[in-house]
Amino acid sequence: MTENNTHDHYDHEGSKLGMWLFIFTELLFFGGLFIVYAVMRYKNGTAFGLAAEELDVSIGAINTVILLVSSATIAMSISSIQLKKTKLTLILLATTLILAIVFLVNKYFEWGAKIEHGLYPGSESLEQLGHGEVLFFGLYYFMTGLHALHIIIGIIFIAVMMVKVKNGKLNVNRFVQLENAGLYWHLVDVIWIFLFPLFYLIA
Amino acid sequence: MISYEFIHKFSDVIFVGLFFVNNKLLKTMSNSSLPNYLEYKGKYKGIFAWIFSTDHKRIGLLYLYSIMGFFIVGAILGLLMKFELIAPGKTIMEAKSYNAVFTLHGITMIFLIVVPGIPAIFGNFFLPILIGAKDVFYPKLNLLSWWLYIIGAAVAISSQFMNGASPDTGWTFYAPYSFRTQSNVLPALIGAFILGFSSILTGLNFIVTMHRMRAPGMKWLKMPIFPWTLYGTAWIQLLATPVVGITLLMVVAERVLNIGFFDPALGGDPVLYQHLFWIYSHPAVYIMILPAMGIISEVIPTFARKAIFGYKAVVISTLLIAFVGYFVWGHHMFTAGMSGTSLFAFSFLTFLVAIPSAIKIFNWMATLYKGSILLRTPMYWAVSFLFVFMIGGLSGMVLGALSINVHLHDTAFVVSHFHFIVFGGVGFAFFAGIHYWFPKIYGKMYDAAWADTGWIVFFFGFLLLYTPMFYLGIAGMPRRYYDYVPEFHFANILSSFGAFIMIAGLAIIIINLFRSAKRGKKAESNPWAGKTLEWTIGSPPIVENFEEIPEIK
Repeated sequence: MTENNTHDHYDHEGSKLGMWLFIFTELLFFGGLFIVYAVMRYKNGTAFGLAAEELDVSIGAINTVILLVSSATIAMSISSIQLKKTKLTLILLATTLILAIVFLVNKYFEWGAKIEHGLYPGSESLEQLGHGEVLFFGLYYFMTGLHALHIIIGIIFIAVMMVKVKNGKLNVNRFVQLENAGLYWHLVDVIWIFLFPLFYLIA
Repeated sequence: MISYEFIHKFSDVIFVGLFFVNNKLLKTMSNSSLPNYLEYKGKYKGIFAWIFSTDHKRIGLLYLYSIMGFFIVGAILGLLMKFELIAPGKTIMEAKSYNAVFTLHGITMIFLIVVPGIPAIFGNFFLPILIGAKDVFYPKLNLLSWWLYIIGAAVAISSQFMNGASPDTGWTFYAPYSFRTQSNVLPALIGAFILGFSSILTGLNFIVTMHRMRAPGMKWLKMPIFPWTLYGTAWIQLLATPVVGITLLMVVAERVLNIGFFDPALGGDPVLYQHLFWIYSHPAVYIMILPAMGIISEVIPTFARKAIFGYKAVVISTLLIAFVGYFVWGHHMFTAGMSGTSLFAFSFLTFLVAIPSAIKIFNWMATLYKGSILLRTPMYWAVSFLFVFMIGGLSGMVLGALSINVHLHDTAFVVSHFHFIVFGGVGFAFFAGIHYWFPKIYGKMYDAAWADTGWIVFFFGFLLLYTPMFYLGIAGMPRRYYDYVPEFHFANILSSFGAFIMIAGLAIIIINLFRSAKRGKKAESNPWAGKTLEWTIGSPPIVENFEEIPEIK
């Protein structure tokens, strides 16, 4: 087995294993919500379809593309740190960061428009629409909100990675934290890949 | 009239007191060439040398003192309920207070004590030692887990001190009552959510530790049973806890943001809440009981002077329990409304999960068979564990049968059943563990005569407390009622007296251990002639456990 020195302990495989376990946890965390979604959709299929038409498919599609590209840039940053290209790594991470912020800005306008139309939990105009719509928008806000929270945490992660790359703490020999940040970012991406069709496309 | 808020304030005093006693203990410790973990001086001093320590052994003791503090509170709350039930009608508290007391008793006992309990205390302390490592894989994360535990506990308990009534939902937070009640359910929910994270991170840490840090030559199938059971537990912590986490968050959203998930008035489904809740909370029973079985699997071979019978069968049954345990949650909801097919499937799987548990019982029995049995305090606890665990398990079979379940659902029978498993199983194994490993933890020996007295008083009190409740349940006494018809009076008196006796036993045990930790005779490094790695190092162990990592042949 590996060296057990607790003071200067670096185990690439072990750290990655830990991150994968954390990702399992995250998947089950969202898994609970997907179960609720499935049950609600099964019971209120038509209403869910009608409510989905209220959402703006083009903003959703743009955000999907943004996240996919950001996943690619963070993956490329992991390759470039292994090639000792520190500057390129930083540029790629900065691109990821900017894309993540653009995603949130889009989300802000999207939510803002919905709330302006009176489509938010507890509003009068939503309650007039019936149970299916109420459930749909409840899930919509809760699931995309929780996802947005993960994006914010991811932004913090990536920012910390940039600092660490800059001052040399992450380098060609030790980059597992960057790899873990990448794994986390892919997870956030994958969850969106499921949220997008479930809320925007199935009408 | 006894106010339980008063007891809560009291609990803080107990908690601080435990730390104080611990610091006193340190000054009386002896030493070897390298400083042991209790004497080691790091960069912090006093209490900070403990609450900021990343040493897995110190973290284990932090959990021990915090959990014991909460346990005393939980036990006092239980005792209050038994005072109330000593006579029909109002005895010492109103119905509403009774609701609040059983809710707080449940939340404390489940979320603060038995779920984290054995993995957090003995797992932290002994897992690295048992696999020949110097610490866990993520020592800082380990400390963070303890802090999350304390923060979660503080948030949950803050519900008692806020304006408005204490939570009165029961520990299960069933919808729709949990978002309709005016009581302070919100802090309790958020507290349970934070505690879940503490549990997840501990599980994650243990899995990586076992994968990456076993000593050279310790193959998977050479690991002692206790680490194996922690391994099974860790996977459940990792994969089941997030489900209850999100469920509790949904209830929070339902209360705060008016989002309808479980509220029928908004089109939600309250039975869905029960499903999601038990998807975690049934596997949580195995989070509790698997490490308990692990302790028993260490104690019995040591005191029977034999290797455990059927090592592989014990390992496989551990993993089977962890796996099948995921698919039986529906048996908590037989009367909640499910299709006939689901009822049948859940009932069948419930019977199925009993098989690996029975395999373990047979293995322990076979280990005892023709062993040269040494009867010492840990062994008394282990053997009585077998007894109470079998009663608990078999009464679980009774409840797993569909038709009988309809009669017994939500009666005192259920309460008795899960106390036999959760308190009998986990509690007895915990006491077996603390009496087994005490000399290793403190380097001191406890007074065996008092320890044995404590055990027999506790054991007798336990049986007298919970056995009449089987009868009461069959006769039709519902759970969570503060009142009952006069016909049930006699059995309730027996049960209440059992509670008094059991608490007396508990007091003997705890006082004896504290006195011994302070004044006990110096313990040898291997007082029981144990064969596992913790007995090869000094008592108390040095800071990083091993001067040299052992090689396993």
